[in-house]
Amino acid sequence: MSLGLSRIDLPDGAPPREAFGEALAEAGSDERIVAVDGDVNNSTFTSKFAEKYPDRFFNVGIAESNLVGIASGFAASGKIPVAASFSVFLLGNAFDQIRMSVAFPNRNVKLVGTHAGISIGEDGPSQMAVEDIALACALPGFTVIVPADAASASAATRAMLEREGPSFLRLGRSKVPVVYEDGADFQLGKANRLRDGDDITIIANGIMVAMALDAAEGLAAEGVEARVLDMHTVKPIDAAAIEQAANETRAIVVAEEHLAWGGLGATVSMVVAERRPTKMAFVNIGDTYATSGKAEEILAQYGLTPDAIIDAGHRVLKD
Amino acid sequence: MLEARTEERSEIEEIARRMRRDIVTSTTAAGSGHPSTSLSMVEVVTRIYFGGVLRYDPADPHNPDRDRFILSKGHGAPGLYAVLAEAGYFPVDDLKTLRKLGSPLEGHPNMARLPGVEASTGSLGQGLSIGVGHALAARLDGRDLRVYVMTGDGELEEGQVWEAVMYAGNQGLDNLTLIVDHNKYQQTAAVDEVLPLDPLDAKFKGFQWEATTIDGHSIDEVAEAFDWARGVSGAPQVIVANTVKGKGVSLMEETPSGWHGKALPPEEAEKALQEIGA
Repeated sequence: MSLGLSRIDLPDGAPPREAFGEALAEAGSDERIVAVDGDVNNSTFTSKFAEKYPDRFFNVGIAESNLVGIASGFAASGKIPVAASFSVFLLGNAFDQIRMSVAFPNRNVKLVGTHAGISIGEDGPSQMAVEDIALACALPGFTVIVPADAASASAATRAMLEREGPSFLRLGRSKVPVVYEDGADFQLGKANRLRDGDDITIIANGIMVAMALDAAEGLAAEGVEARVLDMHTVKPIDAAAIEQAANETRAIVVAEEHLAWGGLGATVSMVVAERRPTKMAFVNIGDTYATSGKAEEILAQYGLTPDAIIDAGHRVLKD
Repeated sequence: MLEARTEERSEIEEIARRMRRDIVTSTTAAGSGHPSTSLSMVEVVTRIYFGGVLRYDPADPHNPDRDRFILSKGHGAPGLYAVLAEAGYFPVDDLKTLRKLGSPLEGHPNMARLPGVEASTGSLGQGLSIGVGHALAARLDGRDLRVYVMTGDGELEEGQVWEAVMYAGNQGLDNLTLIVDHNKYQQTAAVDEVLPLDPLDAKFKGFQWEATTIDGHSIDEVAEAFDWARGVSGAPQVIVANTVKGKGVSLMEETPSGWHGKALPPEEAEKALQEIGA
């Protein structure tokens, strides 16, 4: 049943990347922080840091491999480097540098990938990072964060800078609905329970969190009570919250703006399979690249909608 | 205390001989590794660690004011380990454990396990970028330290090297010196057959670097080159060190293509040690 719910017109708040930029500029009073960008600083919003601290900002040009290597050197010299670019180029182009110069030697580098996911819309699939979470999660020691809105992106930025060790913060391009009205209660590795329910659990992150809340409203109208978890940290995953959901609800739906393989769905599945096998269904981009179009059209075409989450709930409860 | 160890010329020659011995014996004991690319870099790294170039302290390997030496051509690990042992980072006897389970002397350098290793390398092309990060951090903090990076010549085929070259030149990083161990051979063939580099110094100059080309086995020319590098202001420097792959072991010198990733068998190692005279 389609309820025509459409938080997919991505309405209100500031884009999370802008909130990141503001939080970074604020944190910049710590002189150990440097920002390294691949000539997209006006898109990643490291420009806000650059305006305040020009001496500690480095635009290295369109050269992601060098960008990551330089960040590694900064970290080895005691700095806290924030290495920012579009997620598709940062994780894609520079993966070996991230592996060899950041993950393997466990450098304190903060990777920030913006314009992730298919919701970038018109620029098309070459610009859409849809494998980045899988790539980052594959790296030993990495913390991988996918915030739901501007407030949580801001909190995630602070938490990431405070935590010692390599991290990846994944941000989209668009404005997204406000999930956290009064600022986010944010703890790395700890899921936020945004809604209580005992029939089914929806686990989501990024732009899918707002849609999960809408889907839960829709399910409630049918008499199905859904628990909603904002799983903003994919790694390390909050296994306790997942186990509890598996114990206390009948099924789990995982919703993410990423390919099917190697992201949140896969990570949650490992926990469920090991701790409490439970029926699951998945809402994601599947096994395909997307196309150009308006964000709302693309999200609808590739099945990232509240309705798709509701349908997944129906499927998994019916079996 | 940080200091640049400055040994007599005769002692530097002696250290170079011992390093060659250690490169051969450690790789032969391991039964694998890259001795020939390690042998070509011996005089340069000996000068760096014992010829008044690098300020370091094995008892305080993370001192923020230390100079950095980054071996970007990570397969030269046996050469790096030999010089780090000579410098006192660990006992020379540990070189016997090269590539063995439990040893921090892994097949390629792992900074997390071995003090003195400034970067984990082995995927070619990455060391210079890391060096640029160190050099920028030093400039930001007003630290009067220098960063030395060594790449191979075949390694210059990696695009990332040129990203770093372009950026370092643009930044005028005069606290950064690159040494290209130009031993003329890569894994399957001569560099000239795969992707010729000439004119190499002109390529660097085009990216606002200062460049010099030397005989990388002449300890006097190597010393002069490092003096020159320290005197350059406003630009990073490259020292193109013309070297011989497998230097000191005639079998490898004569067939450089055949020994890229191979250790000498024990009987050949015996002969090599006699040639080296250590």
